[in-house]
Amino acid sequence: MSSKLKTVHLKLPASTEDLQTLEIGSVVYLSGRVFTAREGIYKRAIEEGVGMPASREDLGSANFHCSPAATIEPDGTLNVGSVTATASFRFAKWLDGWLKLSGCNIIIGKGGMTSEVYRDIFVPNNTIYLTTVGYGTGALLGRGIRNVVGIHWKEELGLAQAAWVLDVENFGPFLVESDLEGNSLFERENAKIAPGIDKLYEGTRPATLRRYGETDNKKEEVI
Amino acid sequence: MIPLASLQRTAEELMAKAAIEIPDDYLAGLRRCANTEKGDLSAFVIQAMLENYEAAKEDRRAMCGDTGVPRWYVKIGNDARIDGGPIALEAALRRATANATHSVPLRPNRVHPLWRTDHNNNVGINAPEIEYSFHPNADWVELTTVHKGGLFGSDYRMLFPGDGIEGIKRFYLDTLVAFGKRGLACQPAIIGVGLGGSKDACMVLGKQASCLRTVGSRNPDPKIAALEDELHELGNNIGMGAMGFMGSSMVVDCQIEVGYCHTGGMPMSVHMFCLSSRRSTARIYADGRAEFRTDPMWFTDYSRRATVEWDQPMLEAAE
Repeated sequence: MSSKLKTVHLKLPASTEDLQTLEIGSVVYLSGRVFTAREGIYKRAIEEGVGMPASREDLGSANFHCSPAATIEPDGTLNVGSVTATASFRFAKWLDGWLKLSGCNIIIGKGGMTSEVYRDIFVPNNTIYLTTVGYGTGALLGRGIRNVVGIHWKEELGLAQAAWVLDVENFGPFLVESDLEGNSLFERENAKIAPGIDKLYEGTRPATLRRYGETDNKKEEVI
Repeated sequence: MIPLASLQRTAEELMAKAAIEIPDDYLAGLRRCANTEKGDLSAFVIQAMLENYEAAKEDRRAMCGDTGVPRWYVKIGNDARIDGGPIALEAALRRATANATHSVPLRPNRVHPLWRTDHNNNVGINAPEIEYSFHPNADWVELTTVHKGGLFGSDYRMLFPGDGIEGIKRFYLDTLVAFGKRGLACQPAIIGVGLGGSKDACMVLGKQASCLRTVGSRNPDPKIAALEDELHELGNNIGMGAMGFMGSSMVVDCQIEVGYCHTGGMPMSVHMFCLSSRRSTARIYADGRAEFRTDPMWFTDYSRRATVEWDQPMLEAAE
């Protein structure tokens, strides 16, 4: 894909040294092993104290916030068509425990987390965040899957919440949302947009009937 | 008599088409965004999406891994007769949803809200939703499936006549800014606005406006059509593009539908149909023949009728 953006091909598992080369806003393609895990896995592994669904060797160290569009054929074959991330900010409360338990150093998802979460949880655990693009490049990502290695906790959690283990090649594109220093691409972009917000709202009128709410500052985010 | 087997077969094909093939009108709208987008990151995202649509069609795989919450819109000609009646039709639509979830495959997104039970087939209590409409002087049935995401990008607010157009713009911007940051709404999007009705009708009208009109279509009321243009432009002046990156690609088009409401109020809803604006329609004739298209032609002079009786000669769909 032609673009002015810097592009990096990263082999998994990635070392801290590998991750140090990544800057926010760079395009990344992954080769190696990734696995899906989201609230179902986190709740069971951490809150219910069950621990990890498989060994670190089996799962790899790149956690994708995703449920694939996938099915299991009658002969047991795992058929993954398209994969896209789900919004990550909802999972922040489990992440400190999760990074320590899983040893993951790459989180892949949709929309990132706040820089506060990066500073407090990601940076001490030498972890970066990659965001999917679009967020609908499910077919391109599906093409990057070389092998569906296995599925864990299918009976306990169902197809959508189970841990799918995928061997991938040139899997992407992703964008670096947070680097090892905890910088956030999204927050950088928000800051660029914020100065125009007041002008944008000129000629509008606050609603007569107000609502109780958490924020009315349009420069803040709702996550 | 329309054969049930034709309805179910067509419904399964519609499920696959919706999931895999981006509609031409949305694609053309996104290409216009690509041509005008100045932000590097936002332009990169749009380019990736354009390549993704090609990959989906070539591989016959779902364009997005989140295949949304499939639902059905059924338009029944006044003279249509369905083999087994509407009860059999509903069962066929539920079977088609379950079968296509496995065969495409789609993500089995539908779960019980409390117990999180997942039948792995997108069917459950009150799911998929099936909405009905009717059409005069016709013996066909039209099926439309829409696969819209289910988490971000819609909101409702009770406004009052005194809030005026300024209040409408305010709530419109509030919704776009809130859900546009980090691209939670997966923009550039088709923005549907519902104005009027009661609260539930207001939500339904806005949702149908985003999912069942096409990019470039305009409300038959010229003043509402002008407001659609104005809101389209306003959304692209936020400074926000794809994924919330700096840019101008927030809105592919804005569609407004209205319904008469309480004299004291002006309820408003906003809905955002995403980069995977998935819809597919077919008309099934009495002999079982199916004609496929991507324009649902849901809103017609008849469906928007304003008077007590429908006594006008039938017109072609308004768009």
